[in-house]
Amino acid sequence: MGGLLRDAWVLARKDLALEVRTRTGIVSAVVFTALVLTVFNFGRDPTAVAVIDLAPSILWVTFTFAGVLSLNRAFQLELENQALEGLLVSPIDRRSLYLGKLCANLVFLLLVEAVGLPMFALFFNVAVLKVLLPLAGLIVLATVGFVAVGTLLSALVIRVRFAELMLPVLLLPFLIPPLIGAVQVTARLFSGRPLSEVVGWLKLLLAYDIVFVSLATLLFPATVDE
Amino acid sequence: MTLQSRGRWITASGLLFLAAVYVRAIWFTPVERLQGGAQKIFYLHAPAAWSTLLAMGLVGVASILYLLMKDERFDRFAAASAEVGTAFACVMLTTGPLWAKPIWGTWWTWDARLTLTLFLFFLFIGYQLLRGAIAEPGTRARFSAVLGIFGMVLVPFIHLSVYLFRTLHPQPIVLKPSAPSLPDSMLLTLLLSFLAFTMLYVGFVTQRYALGGAQSHVG
Amino acid sequence: MLWAEGVRHSFGAVPALEDVTFTLPAGHTLALFGPNGAGKTTLLKVLAGLIRPRAGRAGVAGGRGAIGWIGHQSLLYGQLTVRENLRFWGALYRVRPEVRESRLATLAGRLDLGPFLDRRVATLSRGQGQRAAVARALIHDPTVLLLDEPFTGLDRVAASELSELVRGFAGAGDGRATILVTHNVDEGTDLATDIGILKAGRLVELAPRGTRTAREVGERYRRAVS
Repeated sequence: MGGLLRDAWVLARKDLALEVRTRTGIVSAVVFTALVLTVFNFGRDPTAVAVIDLAPSILWVTFTFAGVLSLNRAFQLELENQALEGLLVSPIDRRSLYLGKLCANLVFLLLVEAVGLPMFALFFNVAVLKVLLPLAGLIVLATVGFVAVGTLLSALVIRVRFAELMLPVLLLPFLIPPLIGAVQVTARLFSGRPLSEVVGWLKLLLAYDIVFVSLATLLFPATVDE
Repeated sequence: MTLQSRGRWITASGLLFLAAVYVRAIWFTPVERLQGGAQKIFYLHAPAAWSTLLAMGLVGVASILYLLMKDERFDRFAAASAEVGTAFACVMLTTGPLWAKPIWGTWWTWDARLTLTLFLFFLFIGYQLLRGAIAEPGTRARFSAVLGIFGMVLVPFIHLSVYLFRTLHPQPIVLKPSAPSLPDSMLLTLLLSFLAFTMLYVGFVTQRYALGGAQSHVG
Repeated sequence: MLWAEGVRHSFGAVPALEDVTFTLPAGHTLALFGPNGAGKTTLLKVLAGLIRPRAGRAGVAGGRGAIGWIGHQSLLYGQLTVRENLRFWGALYRVRPEVRESRLATLAGRLDLGPFLDRRVATLSRGQGQRAAVARALIHDPTVLLLDEPFTGLDRVAASELSELVRGFAGAGDGRATILVTHNVDEGTDLATDIGILKAGRLVELAPRGTRTAREVGERYRRAVS
């Protein structure tokens, strides 16, 4: 177990180092987030609907788009360098490959969200600071789920034609349950309602994370072994 | 008797049985008081949804078995089940609105079964797209198996999401599609319809499976 | 040291390897020749554990951790420096940091990596990249070296450098074994202790160098190729 995590950490560190070197990934994700938020703002009639009703959906749809966009890059990096062969020849457990990618993708996406949240608060004038701690916890919870399934599915599509189109088509049905949960909890947080109302959703998010991380770890070797 | 022709027999019997069930439903089952004649589409609606769910469940099970035993017959079965599941999902997604319009005045309702079937439809489509995009049979089988298992595991989460959503936002519509207290004759019609659809599922999958086998021998 | 027993493999309906059986004892270097599509790369991949054959078994004493792999791709991350690459691969092979650093220094000396050790791999010339790739393959002190057409695209100087390295590896003590897949008949026969020919997935000839058979085999192949 320890070996698994240690190897995963070595891999994640490498991916993050590569990301820091190239920097294009994080910049485009952040810019994309800003653009989506802008479109949402101009797409609505301020007099018709109060922003607070739409705000949770806007936040999470934005995060989902940015997430889907960033996920395809993970294994593309490996393929571009064609280092995947080297990773497979090495003695590491295949599952570490998944856990490493999961870790790197998680850090990446959380970083994008960390920049996106203040932008959102600014553009839509939402009082985020009051509920920052629970909101941050929710964001981590939901993002783990996104990244768990997304990392595995991106491994399925790298060898496939039209990978950039395939990934969203495959991934989005899986993201909807945690997405709904995230939106519901966020709505409660923004409106100052007690979290006890949405305990069911939080449990769903937690269960989703545990189930899908375990399932993906279990099944990932089947995607790389011939 | 070859598998293909056995499949055809089952499908034919299933269709005949279904026709009989419809005759029964239309003429020999009482009309539901509140919803009128349009309620009878329920006998098509509910079992089609059930067959779709069955199809997904079996795709998942076959996928697990394939990964464990690497027998390509399981892969063929999963592919057949997915195709049939897509067909049944389409039936459900077209009959659902047809029913919803006269009853509730809207074409689409986000009721539990319709929503679940919509998701299953997307999952099946994704599964078929993935299969279509991979040429090498071994890779295709492995990758689809992984996706199939994921799809199967997602289903309870969809159920749960819909349930939680509805408890939080109770729908104004009082009439539920699945009235639990059906009088005996209606219940019987419903059960017969389930049986007919299950037979159709078995028949279609058998045919598709046999066809898949023939294709892989030629190709 | 390495063995294959009744290995059979196919890609879909296309056969790749047919009943390949052989053993390579320690201290030996096998030069494997054969026309394109004969299955040479497939055989190496089966030995390295990248491909699980449809039938039969193959393996290497010491498992994957004992294999040094030099394939078509450099397996180096372009955006990281040579040093960072070596550190990463060393960590992945569980080489302890102190050992890693000293070995890095030794390899840098032996392969003359000094001038570009801290340059990004993407900026290196072909020859420099090749030397860095060899260092990567040797960082964990493997006992088995598998080389898949490593001479491709190398000029005479670089090719003879690589030959020296392989000779050095093989001669560095007992307990080493090497398989060299190559089209370069001269280099191959010079370095080899054993010669093998793979044709349409079958190991049609396998003989120690120096025997009449091996000489004939070498000549026949040379004639066929030229």
